[in-house]
Amino acid sequence: MKPAVLTGDHYITGDVACAEGAIAAGCLFFGAYPITPATEIAEHMAERLPDIGGTFIQMEDEIAAIASILGAAWTGVKSMTATSGPGFSLMMENLGLAVCTETPCVIVNVQRTGPSTGLPTQTGQGDMMQARWGSHGDYELIALAPSSPQDCFYQTIRAFNLSEKYRVPVLIMADEIVGHMSEKVVIPEADQIHLISRPKPTGRKDRFRLYEPGPNGVAPMPAIGEGYNIHVTGLTHDERGYPAMTVEAQETMMARIKGKIRNNLEDIIEIENYLMDDADIVIVSYGISVRTGLAAVDQARKMGYKAGLLRLVTVWPFPEELIRDIAGRVKGFITVEINLGQIHYEVERCSGGKAPAYLVGHAGGKIIHPDKVIERIQEKFGAL
Amino acid sequence: MTTNPKKLAKQPEHPLDDLIRTERIPHIWCPGCGIGTVFSSCLSAIKATGIPYNQFTMVSGIGCSARAAGYIKLDSFHTTHGRAIPFASGIKMAKPELKVIVFSGDGDLFAIGGNHFIHAARRNMDLTVICVNNLTYGMTGGQCAATTPNKAKSTTTPLGNPDAPFNLPLLAYAAGASYVARWTILHTRDLTTAINEAIVRKGFSFIEVLSPCPINYGRRNKEKPLDTLKLYQDRTIIKNGADPARADIDFEKGVVIGKFIDIDRSTCDDRYSELHRPCSDD
Amino acid sequence: MAFWRVPLDAQEIQVIKGVVCIIDDRCKGCGYCIEFCPKDILKFSDKFNRKGYHPPVVTKLDECVNCHYCEIICPEFAIYSVEITPAAVQK
Repeated sequence: MKPAVLTGDHYITGDVACAEGAIAAGCLFFGAYPITPATEIAEHMAERLPDIGGTFIQMEDEIAAIASILGAAWTGVKSMTATSGPGFSLMMENLGLAVCTETPCVIVNVQRTGPSTGLPTQTGQGDMMQARWGSHGDYELIALAPSSPQDCFYQTIRAFNLSEKYRVPVLIMADEIVGHMSEKVVIPEADQIHLISRPKPTGRKDRFRLYEPGPNGVAPMPAIGEGYNIHVTGLTHDERGYPAMTVEAQETMMARIKGKIRNNLEDIIEIENYLMDDADIVIVSYGISVRTGLAAVDQARKMGYKAGLLRLVTVWPFPEELIRDIAGRVKGFITVEINLGQIHYEVERCSGGKAPAYLVGHAGGKIIHPDKVIERIQEKFGAL
Repeated sequence: MTTNPKKLAKQPEHPLDDLIRTERIPHIWCPGCGIGTVFSSCLSAIKATGIPYNQFTMVSGIGCSARAAGYIKLDSFHTTHGRAIPFASGIKMAKPELKVIVFSGDGDLFAIGGNHFIHAARRNMDLTVICVNNLTYGMTGGQCAATTPNKAKSTTTPLGNPDAPFNLPLLAYAAGASYVARWTILHTRDLTTAINEAIVRKGFSFIEVLSPCPINYGRRNKEKPLDTLKLYQDRTIIKNGADPARADIDFEKGVVIGKFIDIDRSTCDDRYSELHRPCSDD
Repeated sequence: MAFWRVPLDAQEIQVIKGVVCIIDDRCKGCGYCIEFCPKDILKFSDKFNRKGYHPPVVTKLDECVNCHYCEIICPEFAIYSVEITPAAVQK
């Protein structure tokens, strides 16, 4: 067998880095359906997985792809799928199943421009709200946004860790540019990579209850064949996992599903700051748009603006508290994203009127030029 | 000779109670519904294989039949509508030593899940797929299904179904299934034998079971549950090895039942290991 | 039946005897066991079970041949038969 972790310096695309991150995280099952611009992840996994004892399967559509990784997850392996816009839409129903049954898995969305078939080969960040609310019903999940191939590697590992720790589907909201550009990616030694595995039950099998939460609100998860005789259903269920068609059961189940995320926000939310200490103009961005933001901040500083960048590494759950805090002491927010306003509205909501929030957006197809941000700064905060 | 009994000293448990979540019985299925019989037959077949119970898992989709997964005392999964087969395929490919049984209805497996069915059959995914065919959508109240006979009445075809139904054994065979059988709930022993054979053999096995839905199909088509069973008794022809092309369901001319296909073909997981994991000593 | 030939060794064949067990509260009264019992020894009882159905009752206690058909056709896990061994019988 070949080693799972390809320690060393590589010059690879974000898609390939994402696949290598998954393998380094211990992913042994990948089910997918080809779609631009995420296909390269599947191709790389198809080549790599059998070598390390894993399984790749190309399913008949994205619905089947996500269903297969959920099934695989219950056999005890870490599993992943990768897709883009239209495929992501098809996955929404079973994303809800993953949330409801608390099945750990990682779903990569290498975003392209929509709606519909849109611009398949060009970038976009228009699926951010779909990531949060795309499946029906109320729920919580985790979404991370890598902004470089190196980041793809690390965020994929982190996605698996969070997914295993909280038994929740974790979305990697990459985009076409991050997925397709090649950069230097450093893969560390295997023993330098911190991995987390799902909590396993330890008590008596006959007293086991499938959804009895542990100390951090997460229930231990057995695998098929371990003798726990589990029943897993997408119906509202009680702690035994049995369907329970009552308002009380729904409340209890939702409290657990939301609680395990809401009560661990500090662990889940990751933010990167650039020149934020004295900033009074805050540029909020994520994914590829972080690069626009960084260039704009540097340029704005040169011009004399006290600009800073807030990079959302974790986009969902949204850092509501942080935005609320900052809003009290800054002149305003500018959200840079390749859509016509999605995360911008979250920033606006959380700033609660204490600071104005502006959008530098684009309908999709290309990265936003930093000049657009500078123009907006000058327009809203006065020329210097 | 044994003496005639008045009563047993102590009533023993039902022989299948060790495989049922008895605390959830009685189940939700209506009086006269045949799903319970198919389910019971499936449990008997599991028992008869002698394979340890923890090597089995049952996956179902959505619908009346799909509720079976909630009553079996084994690792069981009640997934989303139509998606039982890809979910089960994930389980099978991740852990090939498991015996994976998909237990669901005709609406779930052949309308919303039809694409998954043919692809799993094409790959010869090592699954045992049991389809309770009651000719309708029972859970939602008797709408027209992909299996509802032409001219039959349903809530969405109040004047009769204008469409032709699927011939399920033919579809399974054409897609590449390696075991195809059809029985009715009245042919319970043959059904149990078939499920047993399907579990033990490798490959994609498909068993269609005709089963009455007295409340939502029978009532609208003037068939009492016992009438349906009489049809199964009088208007079926057992013909093992019959051509699946002649297996369309028409009780006027008689319905062919039996074991249609039983062929050996390498399975998806076997071929994957063979092609992608050649002896790995490098 | 009148035209069936009687086997020469009919006297020597030991017919297995069974006893029918019924879990009344599981029954939903579909009547399949009653209709398809080859020995025709079941009928609907007059009593109601907890859910309001009439479960079956055995009419001819000594005629069950333990064929299990009621058990396998029953959709409710409500009826089954066990073979009689003298030890299991309460006199």
